Amino acid sequence: MSETSPSSNSADNDATREFLTFTLGTEEYGIDILKVQEIRGYDAVTHIANTPEFIKGVINLRGVIVPIVDLRIKFNLGTAGYNPFTVVIILNVAGRVIGIVVDGVSDVTILDSAQIKPPPELASTLDTHFIQGLGTKDDRMIILIDIEALLTSPAMELIDA
Amino acid sequence: MTVDMSQFYEVFFEEAAEHLASMESLLLKLDINAPDADELNAIFRAAHSIKGGSGTFGFTDMTGVTHILENLLDKIRKGEIALRQEMIDVFLETGDVLKAQLDVHRSGGASVDEATVASVCDVLAKMTSEESAPAASSAPTRSTAPVGGKTRFHLAFKRVAKAKLENLLRELSENGDLKVQEESGNENLSIMLDTTLSETELLELIQFVVSLKQVVLATGEIDPTEFAREAFGFFAGNPGAPEAPLVAEEDDGFGLFISPAELKSQQEADAGFGLFEDAPGMEQIKQGEAAAAAPSKPTVVAPAKPTAPATANAEGASIRVSVEKVDQLINLVGELVITQAMLAQTTANVDPTLYEVLLNSVAQLERNTRDLQESVMSIRMMPISFVFSRFPRVVRDVATKLGKQVELRTIGEGTELDKGLIEKIADPLTHLVRNSLDHGIEMPETRIAAGKDPKGTLTLRASHQGGNIVIEVSDDGGGLSRERIIAKAKEKGIPVSDSMTDQEVWLLIFAPGFSTAEVVTDVSGRGVGMDVVKRNIEGMGGRVELDSKTGVGTTVTIRLPLTLAILDGMSVAVGDEIFIIPLNYIIESLQPAEQDVKTVASEGRVVNVRGEYLPLMAMHSLFNIKPKTRDPSKGILVIIESDGNKAALLVDGLVGQHQVVIKSLETNFRKVRGISAATIMGDGKVALILDMVALVRMARN
Repeated sequence: MSETSPSSNSADNDATREFLTFTLGTEEYGIDILKVQEIRGYDAVTHIANTPEFIKGVINLRGVIVPIVDLRIKFNLGTAGYNPFTVVIILNVAGRVIGIVVDGVSDVTILDSAQIKPPPELASTLDTHFIQGLGTKDDRMIILIDIEALLTSPAMELIDA
Repeated sequence: MTVDMSQFYEVFFEEAAEHLASMESLLLKLDINAPDADELNAIFRAAHSIKGGSGTFGFTDMTGVTHILENLLDKIRKGEIALRQEMIDVFLETGDVLKAQLDVHRSGGASVDEATVASVCDVLAKMTSEESAPAASSAPTRSTAPVGGKTRFHLAFKRVAKAKLENLLRELSENGDLKVQEESGNENLSIMLDTTLSETELLELIQFVVSLKQVVLATGEIDPTEFAREAFGFFAGNPGAPEAPLVAEEDDGFGLFISPAELKSQQEADAGFGLFEDAPGMEQIKQGEAAAAAPSKPTVVAPAKPTAPATANAEGASIRVSVEKVDQLINLVGELVITQAMLAQTTANVDPTLYEVLLNSVAQLERNTRDLQESVMSIRMMPISFVFSRFPRVVRDVATKLGKQVELRTIGEGTELDKGLIEKIADPLTHLVRNSLDHGIEMPETRIAAGKDPKGTLTLRASHQGGNIVIEVSDDGGGLSRERIIAKAKEKGIPVSDSMTDQEVWLLIFAPGFSTAEVVTDVSGRGVGMDVVKRNIEGMGGRVELDSKTGVGTTVTIRLPLTLAILDGMSVAVGDEIFIIPLNYIIESLQPAEQDVKTVASEGRVVNVRGEYLPLMAMHSLFNIKPKTRDPSKGILVIIESDGNKAALLVDGLVGQHQVVIKSLETNFRKVRGISAATIMGDGKVALILDMVALVRMARN
């Protein structure tokens, strides 16, 4: 954690929340830290036929079959190369374990409600519906996404309709 | 009492449910004209055990009902009352009430309808009393006969620590109306308790707190003489006892239990008791002691006979383990199998001459792992009788409701299948059985007119066939009507033609919302059902087949995999990918000669296998993979069969045969067409298991 704050125990104070921030291309995103199970490298993915390109396949995570989604492909961000440094964030959302491929994990950022601004309405591949807000920290803009709503949305094709 | 009983609740719930189930099946088996004494005893024991358990745990509503039930059962098994058909009906109803009460205790929720409980109890009580009246004159009356389901007990405690006493009194007062009669000294006490508990339960309850040696218990209207003498004489020397000519009061002031005034009135009322009338009371007392059935004989010994055999049966036969523990064990063994496979794969490349010992050990490990896996899997296997046993009741109820005569035959109840499947198969099977009863088997008149036995037969048959379990539900009813199904299908807008084969026509009834019943009954016919049955069974990896002959009957066959957790598979390579084909679908593998592969309409390819043309499916095109070869004569064709249809699957090569642990794709992902599940291979990579049923269907369309 790069930031230390007296109120790191966010449960005590509703106003601050912790986010895991990661990069996709040049953009910085933040997701609720409580949804994150672990961070690991990208390897041994078994491809599944007839699925969208951004669903890379499934991996064996200590005996559990976990689907891997490449958000870079889904949002047309960054270059989708895969090497031992490619990062997969394993998430626990909606009672499922799902992995997302990102360009890199930055840090854990604590934001209070004053630092989170509502997102403007705009057209993008990422439905603004899934943006919880835009966080500002030291001139950085962090796009806070509701990762659970995003991954369970029909567009991700991760869950049976 | 300070012991936390809640931890034992679950055990009680399970046991009670089992007792209820066995009671029901015994009742249904019972021959009304000549009831078997052993069976009657078994029914009584089941009821008694439920009563005992519910009393111990304070589920007084259940205790009350079982108590009344037990009274009637007791009379029947003693031959005081003759068994009648209505009684069986009432017993079954009582069983339902108890089941409902049990569910309420188990899962909370709305309490059982009081009126139902009361009416069942009323009927039971009426049956008990109306017929016992004449019998009572000959046999000694049970003075424990419940007053509103309650029995009066008199208890005397001696030398019990005060704290314990308070504890006990609190406990007792929760179970009935408690009246402290006299406290003589700090540690001696006599009380009167009106409770629904039986003597045994009461003693069990007390035993939790104080030693039974410190207790004297008497039921019903008390005979003070005897009671006091038995009561270790601890009341002797109690001063101030009124002088009276009666033996009862002479012995000393144990007017403790009943005040002299009460005693008198009791004496008058209880004229038939005779104890106080005759001068030499002591003799009477001795007689009373001698007669085993003496109504108010004090009981100091705890164990009740009926419970003894029940515990003896349970001992040694089985242990109760939670399903989670078993599942955890299965998962761990699954992981072990994967690790073992990894080891085997790693050691496959070492020099056998140098590492002979290592290789032998690995081979040994493989055998042991496989044995271990089989044993562990067998823990989850249960005989299908767990499901079949519910049907005698269903058939009886539904047949009665419909006014039909049906005999149920079950074959192969010992066939074992996975517990998970047992739970899931129950609903579809019930549906099929009800369907057969409602639509299949005709009314007795119709059957006689058709020259059949007025009594229809419904057969449930389970058997193993290869890696599958096959369950058949067949009836000798009217069969399906081809014309009616086709007409109905047309009405529903389902495309049909008159040239369809019977098999295809029968499959129509699995279409959603399809019902040909002319009258919608509350048994079936709402048109939801067969499609749900089919979906449920396919969801378990099984298949449904239907065979019918008009006028002769209908047979529905369900095929299910033996277990949901493990599968014998052949791994095949396509490009860089490995897929698993379930072994039980594979007939053979071959490399075709070039001239055996032909095209139909320039697209569809067929392969001639010994004179039979089979559709050829290329795995690489089905799954969009870049294969090593597109030429069937250079790859391998795996001939598979599903639903009676054969097809040839083109793969790059065969890799090997494994037992694989099935891991659901849907836990974290979704259903994928053509894939039934995933597994983890020896190298830790995920391989996909092919859904052969879907693939063959894809090939045909």
